[in-house]
Amino acid sequence: MKFLRDRKVRDILWQAAGAVVLVALLWFFVRNASENMVRAGIASGFQFLWRDSGIEVPFNLTGYRPSDTILALLWTGIVNTLLVSAVSIVVATAIGFTVGLLRLSRNWLLSTLAGVYVEFVRNIPLLFFILFWYFGVLAALPTPRESLGFFGVAFLNRRGLSIPTPDDLTGLRLALLAIVGLVAAQWALARWARARQARSGRDFPTWLVGFVTCGALPVLALALGAAATGWDVPTLRGFNYRGGFVLVPEFVALFAALSTYTAGFIAEAVRGGILSVRQGQIDAARALGLTSGRIVRLVVIPQAMPVIIPPLTSQYLNLIKNSSLGAAIAYPEIVAVFMGSALVSTGQSIEIIAITLAIYLTLSLAVSLFMNWYNARHRLVTR
Amino acid sequence: MTAIAWLRQRLFATPLDAAITLVCAYIVWRISVPLVHWLLLDATWHGTSRDDCKGSGACWVFVRVRFSQFMYGQYPVPERWRVDIVGALWVLVTAALSWPALPHRRSATFAAVLVLPIVAIVLLHGGWGTGLRLVETREWGGLMLTLFLTIYAGLIAIPLGILLALGRRSCLPLVRFASVVFIEFWRGVPIITVIFLASLLLPLIMPTGFDVDRLARAVIGLAFVIAAYMAEAVRGGLQALPEGQIEAAQALGLGYWRIQRMIVLPQALRIALPAMTNEVIALFKNTTLVLIVSIFDLLGIAQAALADPAWVGMNMEAYVFAGTIYWLSCFALSQWSRRRERRLQHAHGR
Repeated sequence: MKFLRDRKVRDILWQAAGAVVLVALLWFFVRNASENMVRAGIASGFQFLWRDSGIEVPFNLTGYRPSDTILALLWTGIVNTLLVSAVSIVVATAIGFTVGLLRLSRNWLLSTLAGVYVEFVRNIPLLFFILFWYFGVLAALPTPRESLGFFGVAFLNRRGLSIPTPDDLTGLRLALLAIVGLVAAQWALARWARARQARSGRDFPTWLVGFVTCGALPVLALALGAAATGWDVPTLRGFNYRGGFVLVPEFVALFAALSTYTAGFIAEAVRGGILSVRQGQIDAARALGLTSGRIVRLVVIPQAMPVIIPPLTSQYLNLIKNSSLGAAIAYPEIVAVFMGSALVSTGQSIEIIAITLAIYLTLSLAVSLFMNWYNARHRLVTR
Repeated sequence: MTAIAWLRQRLFATPLDAAITLVCAYIVWRISVPLVHWLLLDATWHGTSRDDCKGSGACWVFVRVRFSQFMYGQYPVPERWRVDIVGALWVLVTAALSWPALPHRRSATFAAVLVLPIVAIVLLHGGWGTGLRLVETREWGGLMLTLFLTIYAGLIAIPLGILLALGRRSCLPLVRFASVVFIEFWRGVPIITVIFLASLLLPLIMPTGFDVDRLARAVIGLAFVIAAYMAEAVRGGLQALPEGQIEAAQALGLGYWRIQRMIVLPQALRIALPAMTNEVIALFKNTTLVLIVSIFDLLGIAQAALADPAWVGMNMEAYVFAGTIYWLSCFALSQWSRRRERRLQHAHGR
C-alpha cells in the first residue's frame, strides 16, 4: 500500500471517487425522472415544438398567430425579450452615464440628488419596481379619452402607449444608409487625421467634425426621411385609439422598471471608473497645457473606459436576464410564453426548461466571450 | 470652512452653478411638498375601515389593519408566538455572537449555525412529535417568510460558495472543472427560471413518495444561484492574497485543509466581506421572485392584499410600506458593510 502515499496517485483516486459519486447521483435522478414521467404519462422528445400552439400572444412583432407552431411561439418570446432588453439597455446607459457623471459634480445639490437616486434604486428589489410601475403607476393613468398626448402623435393611457408607424420604409431606409455612409466617412477622416498628426504634428478638429457628421447630419437625415414618409398616426375613435402601434402597458412597465433600475448600477460603474483615474494623471495633463476638453478625451476616458466596460457588460447581461421578470406581469417574453403557457399546455417540463436555460446560457456565453475579447484588446499597456 | 464659504464653493461657484442649484432646489421643492403632504400631513392614521380615510393623503389605516398579515402571512394567529420566539432567538444569538469578549466565540458560532436553524424550523413547522400544532409552509408568509428565505438560502449559499471558490482554484483538474461548470451555469441563467426549475424538477427527480416541500424547493433554487455568485465574491478575496502566505504555510508542513482553514480563508474572507455582503443584499432582494411560484413573501402579501374588495385602490400605500422595509434593510446592511470596511482599512493603517 505504499503507492497510496504518493500524492499524485492519491489525487487521482480522490477525483475518481468524486466522479463515481456524481455519475451515480445523476443516474439516480435520471432514473427517478423517467419512472415518474412514465407513471404520469408525460411524453418526451422535441416533437411538440412543431405542434400547433393554440396560445394567444397579445403583443408580438413576428406576426405570430395561435394557429402557428410552438416553435414560432418560442421565437415570438425571444423577439419580445430582445426588444425590451435592447430598448432598456439604450435608455439605462443614457440615464446611468448621466447620473454617474452628476454624482461627481462639484455642485453639492446635484451630486447629492444623483446619490439619492442611486441609493434609492439599488436597495429595492426589481420585482417591486415592476409591480409598482404596472399596478401603481400605469393602472392610475387616465382612460383613452383623457390620454396624455406627446406632441399630438403618441398617446399614453391605461391601455398602453400608442405610437405612430410609418406607412412604408423607403425614406427611413435611405436615411439609415446615409447615416452608415457618414459614420464610415468619419472613421476614415479620423484615421487620416491621426496619421497626419503623427507625420506632421498638425492638428485636425476631428471631434468637432464628428459632432456634425455623426450627430447633427444623422438627425437631419432621419428628420428628412420621416418627413418624406406617410405616418399612421393613432387617433381617438370612440373609446380607444386606432391606428399606429400600441406598446402594451406590460411593455411600458417592464421597460420603465428595467431601465431606471439598471441605470443605478451603471451609474456606480461609471463613477468607479472615473474615480479610478488618478488625480496625478489629470494634474500632469494640465501641466502639459492640455485644455480640459482634451484632458477628458485623451487622459480620463481612455483610462476610465477599460475599468467601466466589464461591469457595464455584466449589467447589460443582468438586464437581459432580469427581463424574465416580465413574466410576473404577463409580458410575453421567453419565460412567460414558453416556460409558462407552452409548459402548461404540453406538460413537457424537462424539454422546455432545457431549451429555456440553453437560450439564456447562449446569450450569457456570447456576452462573456465578447467581454474577454474586449478586455484582451483594450488592456492598458503599462510600463 | 464657514457655512457661507461652503455655500459659495459647492452651490454657487459660477453663474451656471447657481442656476443649476436653483433649478434643482425648485424641482426638489415641487416634488417633496406634495409627497410630505400625502405621506404624513394629510394622511389618515387611525381607524378600522376604508370609510375612515377621508383625507386626500395616504390611508395608513390599511397598513395598520393588515400589519400582522404583512409580518406573518397566513400563519395561524394563536401560533404566532412561535414566530416571535424564533425571531427573538436569532436576534439574541446574533447579538451574543457579535460580542467580541464572548469566550470560545468560534466554537459557539459553529454550534449556533448548526443547531439554531434546526430548532427554528422545528418551532415554526411544529408536528414531528413535538406536540406543537403543525403549520404547513403554505401558510407561512410576509416578512417572516422573506427573512426565512434569506437566512436559509444564505446558510446554504455561503459555505457552498466558499467550497466552490476553493474548488475553482484547486490543483485537481476534475474538481476545478466541476466548480467552473457549476458556477458559470447558475450565473448564466435568470433566477426566475431557476426557481421554476427547482419547483418543477425537484419533485420529478426524487423517488416516488419522497416529496420535497414547496418552500424547500425555492430555498434550494435560490441557494444554488447565490452560491455561484458568492463563489465569485470569495474568489476575489482569494486572489488578493499573496502567494507567499500559502508557500510559507506549506513550508511549515501544513496540509491543504489546514492551510485553507488557518491561513487562507480568515484573510481572504475578510477581504471578500464587502462583496459577500453585496451578495446577501442581492439574495434579500431576490427572495421576492418566489412570487412566481405562488409563495407569498412580503411583496407577494402586499400584492395579494390589493385584491381585497374592501380596500380597493390602496396600491400606493401597500407599495410604500413594503418598499420602505426593503429599502431600510438593504441600506442598513450596505452601510454596516461600508463602515466595517473603513474601520478595517483604518486598522491596517492604509
